[in-house]
Amino acid sequence: MAVGKLTFTKAEREKLAEVLWLLNWISVLTGAILISLGVFLKVEIQKWQEVMSDQGILYVPNTLITTGLAACCINFLGGKICLDCADTNKFLRWKLVMMPYVICTFFFTSCVLAGALMCYSIRSQLEESIFLGLRNTMRFYKDTDTPGRCYLKKTLDLLQIQFECCGNTGYRDWFHVQWISNRYLDMTSSIVVDRLRSNVEGRYLMDGVPFSCCSTLSPRPCIQQQISNSSAHFNYNQQSQQLNLWRRGCRQALMDHYTGIMQSIGLTVLLIWLFELLVLTGVRYLQTAMENVIRLGDPDSESDGWILENSLAETARSNFNIIKNLGKCYQIDDDPNINVPTASAEQEVPSRGVHIPVTS
Amino acid sequence: MAVWRVKFTKTKRDKLAQVLWILNWFSVLTGAILFSLGIFLKVELNKQEEMMADRDIHYVPNMLIAVGLIACAINFLGGKICYDCVDTNKFLRWKLIMLPYIIFTFFFTFCVLVGALMCYTMRGELEESLNLGLTQAMKFYKDTDTPGRCFLKRTVDILQIEFQCCGNNGYKDWFQIQWISNRYLDMTHKDVADRLRSNVEGKYLMDGVPFSCCNIDSPRPCIQQQITNNSAHFNYEHQTEELNLRMKGCRQALLDYFTHIMQSIGLTVLIIWLFELSVLTGVRFLQTSLENVLKQGDPDSESDGWLLENSFMETARTNLNIIKSLGKSNQIDDGNNGDPNINVPSTSIANYGPDNVPPKEAPEAS
Repeated sequence: MAVGKLTFTKAEREKLAEVLWLLNWISVLTGAILISLGVFLKVEIQKWQEVMSDQGILYVPNTLITTGLAACCINFLGGKICLDCADTNKFLRWKLVMMPYVICTFFFTSCVLAGALMCYSIRSQLEESIFLGLRNTMRFYKDTDTPGRCYLKKTLDLLQIQFECCGNTGYRDWFHVQWISNRYLDMTSSIVVDRLRSNVEGRYLMDGVPFSCCSTLSPRPCIQQQISNSSAHFNYNQQSQQLNLWRRGCRQALMDHYTGIMQSIGLTVLLIWLFELLVLTGVRYLQTAMENVIRLGDPDSESDGWILENSLAETARSNFNIIKNLGKCYQIDDDPNINVPTASAEQEVPSRGVHIPVTS
Repeated sequence: MAVWRVKFTKTKRDKLAQVLWILNWFSVLTGAILFSLGIFLKVELNKQEEMMADRDIHYVPNMLIAVGLIACAINFLGGKICYDCVDTNKFLRWKLIMLPYIIFTFFFTFCVLVGALMCYTMRGELEESLNLGLTQAMKFYKDTDTPGRCFLKRTVDILQIEFQCCGNNGYKDWFQIQWISNRYLDMTHKDVADRLRSNVEGKYLMDGVPFSCCNIDSPRPCIQQQITNNSAHFNYEHQTEELNLRMKGCRQALLDYFTHIMQSIGLTVLIIWLFELSVLTGVRFLQTSLENVLKQGDPDSESDGWLLENSFMETARTNLNIIKSLGKSNQIDDGNNGDPNINVPSTSIANYGPDNVPPKEAPEAS
């Protein structure tokens, strides 16, 4: 009771081998596409690495790159095998390799599926990482003289300008952070001293934001200082306030950007996975059909091809037994070739004396 | 005394025809490249068209596009001709067209060269156009409520951010124009009224710049107001401060950008021109050698190919005479070059002998 049994004539087998050869070469291309998708995602993540706190996200593009490389190699080998399978003689070369190849490719396609699912599941980890990373970057915005942090101001300004966002969740995040370094504050001025003293941690907080938060869509010149004080600016109505700065938070902006990329990549990888599965099924049919032809002896006859020889439950059981026996390989078992003396010793038959009559 | 005479055996002719067929198809590709370079330049110029005053600079990309299309067509035809030239019979089909084709292609390659040179000469006009355009755009920066100009503020801000520049020549250009609209100025305030009055044209001028001039490389938060007043900011000296605002002027930034694009395009077009010229030379050799083969009668024999049948001077003289004769085609021509088929009665009287001469008496035969 084989799973998916099909009968193949000689012409059908040859056609299947040719089609599979072509599909395997297309799969090498899709492997290259996987690699390039992985590289693209890696580059995109590394562009804004400084505003992310956790570097573990890079395992997703790394998985994609390795899977793509493996796909290229496996399908290249598969192409060579399928080309030879059209001829029964050449198939004998590959006979022993094919079964391990099919099993290895089966596990490999599950890696591709895992890669695709990772693209979707990484979202919450990414959000956490961006949230913490942005908070730290905003705290270190003013530290342009500290080695290791001196480029954070430039990175954050670029981020806010490019993604048209301000702060972590919104522009008010800047009100809780001292973003002007003490080097540029006149400590002798009473205003400055008052502000520093009004704060528990001695930070210079103000209701102002950096210039990179300014919106280019605003009809009036940007208001960066005393934002919450309507009377400080002439004609500062609700509409002016709405259009003045970027309203979106940078965490949301970055999340949207990366989610879009990873959804597209995930969908492409899923399609590639389906294609690889299809090719694998074809190779399995070809393998079983060729083996049956050799068993029948006549290279021109019809033969059966299947996915599994017995039903799924039986195959699972026999494989399980094989794995159990592998575990027991050092125990003595009843191998008929080993001479094991039996427990009941045979009774020794006393040798009869040979009575030779003496003749005179 | 032909110019550059080369002998061709039959196999050499066949090989030349095949090579030229491939090269002509390659030239169709380069024609497509020319076309796309023209489109690219046009798109880039259109992107910044709000910053450019009305000057006719679009003739450069338009020329490249036209030349590219013609190149594709000419080389496609050339490919077909060279493909047929392998066989002497098929060549007879094209025999009459080939010489006009070569002459036309020669003048066309001249157009390609002109296109390449124009890319380099466009710079002066572009600079003029940018200068005027930027001055206008900065003047109308504040007019976000005037239809037709309401997007200029956004365009200028994005330009200054993207190209990392400020003002026309530098940031001080912003000190001379009013870039804050009167709608946002409190006219009742004493400071505002003073400033407006201190100016001849009643403009609100200040030593401040828009936020888009700020330099992201600066280690300190951006100083946009009271830029020239050192005492207004702690630890600040505007004469030595180079990192606070962008130092480059936008005219220079845009000019550098476009010059770079046009130099690359000009170089590519020059290389394409040299390639087209070499293909044309090959086609000329092929044409002359095939015509000589036909003249000799034996399709398998050797033949000569050349660029010009006589020396350069003689060819120029012959062509000049042909052009002069074309001009005189309507006059009756009775000199030594007269057409012998035309019956021109001679001016001298026909000599039939003197008049009134009695006929000689025939001697009597006895």
